[in-house]
Amino acid sequence: MSEAFITDLTVFVLSLLVGFEVISKVPTTLHTPLMSAANSIHGIVLAGTILIAATADDVVGYVIAFVACVFAAMNVVGGYVVTDRMLEMFKPPAARAAASSAGTSGNGSARAAASSGEVTR
Amino acid sequence: MSAFDTVIRLVYLSAATLFVVGLHLMNSPVTARRGNLLSGAGMTAAILATVAVLIADGSVGVTAWLVVIAGTAVGSVAGYVAARRVRMTAMPQLVSLFNAAGGGAAALVAVHDFTHVGSSGLHVSIPLALDVLIGGVTFSGSLIASGKLHGVVPGQPILFPGSRVVTILVAVVMAVATVLLAVGTGGVAALVVLAVAALVFGVTMVLPIGGADMPVVISLLNAFTGTAVAMAGFVIGNTVLITAGALVGASGAILTKLMADAMNRSIGNIMLGGFGTGDSTAAAVGDGGGQVRSLSADDAAIQLAYASKVVIVPGYGLAAAQAQHQAQELAALLEARGVDVSYAIHPVAGRMPGHMNVLLAEANVPYSQLKEMEEINPEFPQVDVALVIGANDVTNPAARRPGSAISGMPILDVDKAKSVIVVKRSMGHGYAGIDNELYTDPKTGMYFADAKKALAEMTAAVKVLVG
Repeated sequence: MSEAFITDLTVFVLSLLVGFEVISKVPTTLHTPLMSAANSIHGIVLAGTILIAATADDVVGYVIAFVACVFAAMNVVGGYVVTDRMLEMFKPPAARAAASSAGTSGNGSARAAASSGEVTR
Repeated sequence: MSAFDTVIRLVYLSAATLFVVGLHLMNSPVTARRGNLLSGAGMTAAILATVAVLIADGSVGVTAWLVVIAGTAVGSVAGYVAARRVRMTAMPQLVSLFNAAGGGAAALVAVHDFTHVGSSGLHVSIPLALDVLIGGVTFSGSLIASGKLHGVVPGQPILFPGSRVVTILVAVVMAVATVLLAVGTGGVAALVVLAVAALVFGVTMVLPIGGADMPVVISLLNAFTGTAVAMAGFVIGNTVLITAGALVGASGAILTKLMADAMNRSIGNIMLGGFGTGDSTAAAVGDGGGQVRSLSADDAAIQLAYASKVVIVPGYGLAAAQAQHQAQELAALLEARGVDVSYAIHPVAGRMPGHMNVLLAEANVPYSQLKEMEEINPEFPQVDVALVIGANDVTNPAARRPGSAISGMPILDVDKAKSVIVVKRSMGHGYAGIDNELYTDPKTGMYFADAKKALAEMTAAVKVLVG
């Protein structure tokens, strides 16, 4: 067992505990948006799929990396956009009308996530 | 550690912090959106840092770059378009679809590492085997769950003779392959067997579970994906994957338990499947032989218009008929006449906890009118009309007595209201497959129609009769 592995394991266990604590305080009303938010956070696997692509050196490797990147990017971008759409609904009607008339009803997180995809181009 | 590495690690740490803070801000509807934005910012930073690692590495070939860019672009566009176009009622199955994608990606990271990097000890091979196992199960399982909610796969539990045996056999094969891969003796054969077995197991695990339990299953699979991503993090030695994956694994597990509790079902019971077939348990609940009183739109309109307090109880039927706008229209009309209108939200109304709130918020229903079960239940005795729209099991008084399939499930005390109007397409059973005594109560009037049509007719009738 290397030192790096023990460090990783420590991080893993502590993150689990943080996850339990953070989540158990959320009201029922927000459970669906929360599930969707958690769903987009595991889109971080995109970082992993980008890293594996770098070590690919044959057709099989490229195909695996490509499919993995498609899946991960779909998870992360779609996840943030759909979560933001849900949460947008919780704004007061007046604010929502103002936002849409000003043409800013789009969502920052969607752009943030989408731009992360663009930067890799 | 070089300065560059330090910066990258610190960016990963910031991203992980933003994920935690983002989830924490989801405590309240007021800050939830900001929480998601922060989480998105953390995600962007983590991805950018990862790209920077590749650039700094310098050894990444043109083809690899093209693969990353093309794959990310295709996935981003597909995800964005799907998320933008989906109707809010179909949102749970889309989340499940994204979850499948995440699980698939996590499994592929392990597959790639195994075939291209090679194992370097138990601390890699064990998480690698677990990643393929969990990622594979969650990929196919989430696809089936999504299909069930979307109606592509039949919603009722699918069981065939010997299906349990098949599931157990697949599980055994899966376990053996996992162990072989984990100890590093199985080679590519073990990897292939494990991947196939995990995919088959995902299917056989979800098929026997009824559509009503799908939200719990999706939540569980969400937790699985988080865990698979954390395992992928161990495989490639990346802390941000470990942190974020573990966070989601824990959150998904808690959420799954909360959902199951609200339905008075244990997670084990749900995973065994077969619920909703309406078998022997039905006999324990009355004989359902009472008379049902049918209402016309005019009867309902008069009752509603002359009430002083009305509580709308929206259920799955409202979500399925997409009648949230019609419900809001009727409520606004009644409010204009001075009627006190509120909505009683059962924790599992709709397709997932909180789904009903999202649908009603979409129809511009003020957040303050939505009342949770504990808040509204003591008020029912003062309610003149409880308007139940497409909700069934969550209003069944039989839950208060032992001996029925839903005994002990928390319900809305609709039967304590002075009168009840139930909008329903037919006398069909709810998910639990049992009769609802509320329908044969003398103070209950049934309005048999699709929720959207029924509400439009009632609204029109209120306008004509008392306009």
